[in-house]
Amino acid sequence: MSLLISRRSLIVGATALLAGCDQVARNSTARAILFKGEDMHRGIQRALMDRDALAREFRPDQRSPIFRSNGTRDPGTPEYETLAAGKFADWRLNVGGLVARPLALALTDLAHLPNRAQITRHDCVEGWSAIAKWQGPTLGSVLKAAGLRDAARYIVFTCADLYGGRPYYESIDLIDAFHPQTILAWALNDRMLPIANGAPCRLRVERQLGYKHAKYLMRVDAVASLAGIGKGRGGYWEDNVDYDWYAGI
Amino acid sequence: MADPPPPGTRLYRHRWPTRLWHWLNAIAIFILIGSGLGISNAHPRLYWGQYGANFDHAWAHLPRFPAWLTIPANYNLALSRRWHLFFALVLVFGLLAFMLASLINRHFQRDLRPRAAELRPRHLGADIAAHLAFRFHDPARPAAYNILQKLTYVAVIGILLPLVILTGLTLSPGMNAAWPWLVDLFGGRQSARSLHFIAMAAISAFIVIHLTLVILSGAWNGIRSMLTGWWRVPQ
Repeated sequence: MSLLISRRSLIVGATALLAGCDQVARNSTARAILFKGEDMHRGIQRALMDRDALAREFRPDQRSPIFRSNGTRDPGTPEYETLAAGKFADWRLNVGGLVARPLALALTDLAHLPNRAQITRHDCVEGWSAIAKWQGPTLGSVLKAAGLRDAARYIVFTCADLYGGRPYYESIDLIDAFHPQTILAWALNDRMLPIANGAPCRLRVERQLGYKHAKYLMRVDAVASLAGIGKGRGGYWEDNVDYDWYAGI
Repeated sequence: MADPPPPGTRLYRHRWPTRLWHWLNAIAIFILIGSGLGISNAHPRLYWGQYGANFDHAWAHLPRFPAWLTIPANYNLALSRRWHLFFALVLVFGLLAFMLASLINRHFQRDLRPRAAELRPRHLGADIAAHLAFRFHDPARPAAYNILQKLTYVAVIGILLPLVILTGLTLSPGMNAAWPWLVDLFGGRQSARSLHFIAMAAISAFIVIHLTLVILSGAWNGIRSMLTGWWRVPQ
């Protein structure tokens, strides 16, 4: 009898504790402490890894049979439709912000910059992984061509797609921007990047989760601060649903 | 040999590092399981190998864990991750500190180390029989852990918790670059994810057994000794 009561009170207690966690998360101080976890993980990871430590690269036969798409599968805006109808011949990637020489790069320009091909694993925040081959110029070589100004701290990527009516964007710091595997990919598995995967060009930032790999790139801007862009947290998901800005976790 | 302490004697059984870690870890594990089940709901399929997504073969299709089991109650992957990743740090650094303290104060060597004689089949059989008869204490040394207890604690502290931590680290793309051997150790990120879930299930099974035995062996005496350190020799 006492055993039954104890067991029931345990279950009731556990449920109350779980509900208590939701109460705690609504308190702004508790929330601020909880959200400090991201900075702690970033600090620890950056201390444990070389600046240029590489993400694992795989053999061609280790690739996923199908590389699924996620998020926006087709931006569908009139501007994007026009670009896609012309096979992106009129598409230009505008590189600006805190740079000495703003650039407007066509797909052919991307192919003529120093390119890198890599077979890497894409890890979605939801938990799944898929392996594919990506090719494109290193972001570092593009930024060097544009001449980054000293005040620049972050690189912001603006996309052609609207997500829930708001423009998708993402940002990374200069450590990841100049990482040798950070590329502006225009090819997936040796073919032009399909629309579902971000045509004509998407970011690959291989030491972070999938939502950082902005698709349908239109602009790359060097900035001193993320304040004033979107809601100031450095990305669509960061602004709207509290995802971590540092997604190496 | 000294006479065994008579029933009712108060014995100092748990030192403060053990007690502090026990409760800190209990809170961390509780939150990690709840938030982990919330994260699982984002993609409730488990795979073996390096990759695994919707078109690939899943060895397990997990149920959707209900709101009363997850943190937060309503599906919110971002918040589940915030809870999970914060308390992952509590788990890791708490365990490291407890291990260090328990080596220094000799809790591991003195209380948890199985002795050769205890591992003989005869002794193991006798202890299983004693458990089935709800006898959990050796009258000669009532405060000492019995061998099943020792083996269980050693397995949880030495195997399950390190396994759940290392497989968790393997899920991080940043840690994959920092410590590439993690991916090789578990045979791929998706294998690590499966093992992370299995380790969680094993820890949950331990919690159920642990709580049941706490209740069967005298709930208040056990809880009080883990709070104050003092334990009363049972009848």
